[in-house]
Amino acid sequence: MSDKIIQITEMNKWFGDFQVLKNINLEVEKNKKIVVCGPSGSGKSTLIRCINRLEEHQEGSIIVDGNELTADTKDIEKIRAEVGMVFQQFNLFPHLSILDNCTLAPIWVKKMPKKDAEDLAIQHLEKVQIADQANKYPGQLSGGQQQRCAIARALCMEPKIMLFDEPTSALDPEMIKEVLDAMVNLAKAGMTMIVVTHEMGFAKEVADEVIFMDEGMIVERAETKEFFANPRSDRTKLFLSQIL
Amino acid sequence: MNKLNFLQPDKNNLNTYLYTGVILVALSIFIVFLNSFFKKDLISFLPGTLSFFLPLILGFIGLHLIRIEYSGLKFLDSINKNINTNNFNAFLSLLIVFVVIKSLPPLLSWFILDANIAGDSKDVCTGTGACWTYIKIWFNRFMYGMYPNAEQWRINLSFIALAFLGTIGFFATEKFKKYLTLYYVVIYPVIAFFFIFFFISGGPIFFDFSYGIIAAVISVIIGFFIPSKFKMYYFIIVPITLYILLKYVFFYEELIELGKLEALEWVETGAWGGLSLTFIVSFFCLIFCFPIGLFLSLGRRSDFPIIKYFSIGMIEFWRGVPLITVLFMSSVMFPMFLPEDMFIDKLVRVIIAISLFEAAYVAEVIRGGLQALPRGQYDAAKSLGMGYWKMHILVILPQALKLVIPGIANTFLALVKDTPLIFVVGLLEIVGMLNLAKTNPEWLGFAMEGYVFASVLFFIICYAMSKYSYNLEQKYKTER
Repeated sequence: MSDKIIQITEMNKWFGDFQVLKNINLEVEKNKKIVVCGPSGSGKSTLIRCINRLEEHQEGSIIVDGNELTADTKDIEKIRAEVGMVFQQFNLFPHLSILDNCTLAPIWVKKMPKKDAEDLAIQHLEKVQIADQANKYPGQLSGGQQQRCAIARALCMEPKIMLFDEPTSALDPEMIKEVLDAMVNLAKAGMTMIVVTHEMGFAKEVADEVIFMDEGMIVERAETKEFFANPRSDRTKLFLSQIL
Repeated sequence: MNKLNFLQPDKNNLNTYLYTGVILVALSIFIVFLNSFFKKDLISFLPGTLSFFLPLILGFIGLHLIRIEYSGLKFLDSINKNINTNNFNAFLSLLIVFVVIKSLPPLLSWFILDANIAGDSKDVCTGTGACWTYIKIWFNRFMYGMYPNAEQWRINLSFIALAFLGTIGFFATEKFKKYLTLYYVVIYPVIAFFFIFFFISGGPIFFDFSYGIIAAVISVIIGFFIPSKFKMYYFIIVPITLYILLKYVFFYEELIELGKLEALEWVETGAWGGLSLTFIVSFFCLIFCFPIGLFLSLGRRSDFPIIKYFSIGMIEFWRGVPLITVLFMSSVMFPMFLPEDMFIDKLVRVIIAISLFEAAYVAEVIRGGLQALPRGQYDAAKSLGMGYWKMHILVILPQALKLVIPGIANTFLALVKDTPLIFVVGLLEIVGMLNLAKTNPEWLGFAMEGYVFASVLFFIICYAMSKYSYNLEQKYKTER
């Protein structure tokens, strides 16, 4: 029980009349790396946005690190602070320098002294190799650098889980590698990760398990090797044949 | 090259065309200049229509001759690039130059040459120009309204003090920079409020106020030398101690009662007026309408139905009624709803009314900025564990407000120019004073001078504000 850091049971979600997530059951153990893939519109992003309640689910339960996600806002902020998220569009704060982007939340949410927060930020920026850009503004960086900064910003909150929502989809092919490298390093360091991505190379290298989603349902969930070698459902086979 | 176009100069025969062209243009301008300034018509021997159009034709041909693609002469190239790119532009440029030359002499003569400023009665104004004597004599009234002459130093002093306190931000050391927002948003308006309502208004309460000010100023000055560890206690204890000392030890209450120390004379707000009242009303409306508008804009986007519909109701109501009726209501209707013995000063009511009115506009401007932010900014802030207020104060508002600086400036300028409307409740700021002065039997017939004077003042104020807003825009400009 204790090593199940995320437990989703019987979860349903609607956007208006449209059901985006149907009967989702998902358990994620600590330190596991899960890759979620599937065609667009299949509800992958919505699923991981539900895990830190950027989207509300209507039925079922989501338990993150022992806390059930409910409408109680106080609780939500605490949980969100423990769940880092990286977005497709980076979503850095353009009015703040890279360093301030990283220290903002530690200082104001975790009440960390400024000096400590800056040390921590530099440490994480070094890990993603952009410590030398710390005083620039997001608009002055390339897409790859921005996304690495976004990873560092999430790490500065020292989260227990990292969610990645198509982190490389908005990048040039050349820049994808630098972001993936940063993510691989993070995975090797033992972070619990849920990654929505189309980078099957990354999935093969890092993921413990792969989840395939279609039309709001989890169609298949398997060990990585198994998933690529012997996909069970026809839908998965079709998907794999198209992207590999 | 089109050989048929023999008027089209090129680099080889540059000089010929250049000299001819320049002479033609110069001649045309000279003709208009002589005609306009010295009433000498060089070409009067020509038929009327031709003499009217001749300068235009000459200048047009001249400009055509000097239109060379690249001559290498800096001045010529810049003229060609800016005002002489094609026939139509050349024509417009000439026309504008001629209109300016034509209209300068009458303006000059009205404003300066034929104007009178000497003397102190209407009789000196015999010329056809402006009668600046009128402005000179009424200057005090235009500035201070009916405020007693002997007490006007209080207004001057207050404004100078407030202007000085307002510039503190430029001198603040790094250590105090983080308190500046608090200072400008909370402390400064409060100080200003006390200044205006106790110092300019006067009355016995002035003493308490002056003790407070002295105590605050002294403690701030000493505060710079106190180690930051003790600052918390220091800023609670010292000002209060000083205040008590001043009130009960240095200036005995009895002395005041005995009349040995006299309080400032009480001047009721009805007597305030002129430009100083414009400033007072604009200033307070600006600083009040901004936070109210900010909260209304946030409220309108709130998830709580009560807050949301209250905000929408407020915004739509205040945007839906004309300012003049709001002011009228505030002075006539509003007191009827108050208890018998309760009295709220007319000026206060007016300031509240205008603030609420403009707040609705500010709210919608800010809402535009909030909507312009991508949803990802909200997501990112939330995913870092920020709650509603932290998200808005740290992430959303700094960006949204930066976006809406031009819109806010627009609203504020409109507000300043709306202040003359307070005449409907009997408060006479500068335009009100003008209207009063122009009906004075001894000074009939100088409305023009007054309005020109007021226009110039308003222009200076508004231009300064718009320049300042532009500076702010540049200062906070970052790449997205």
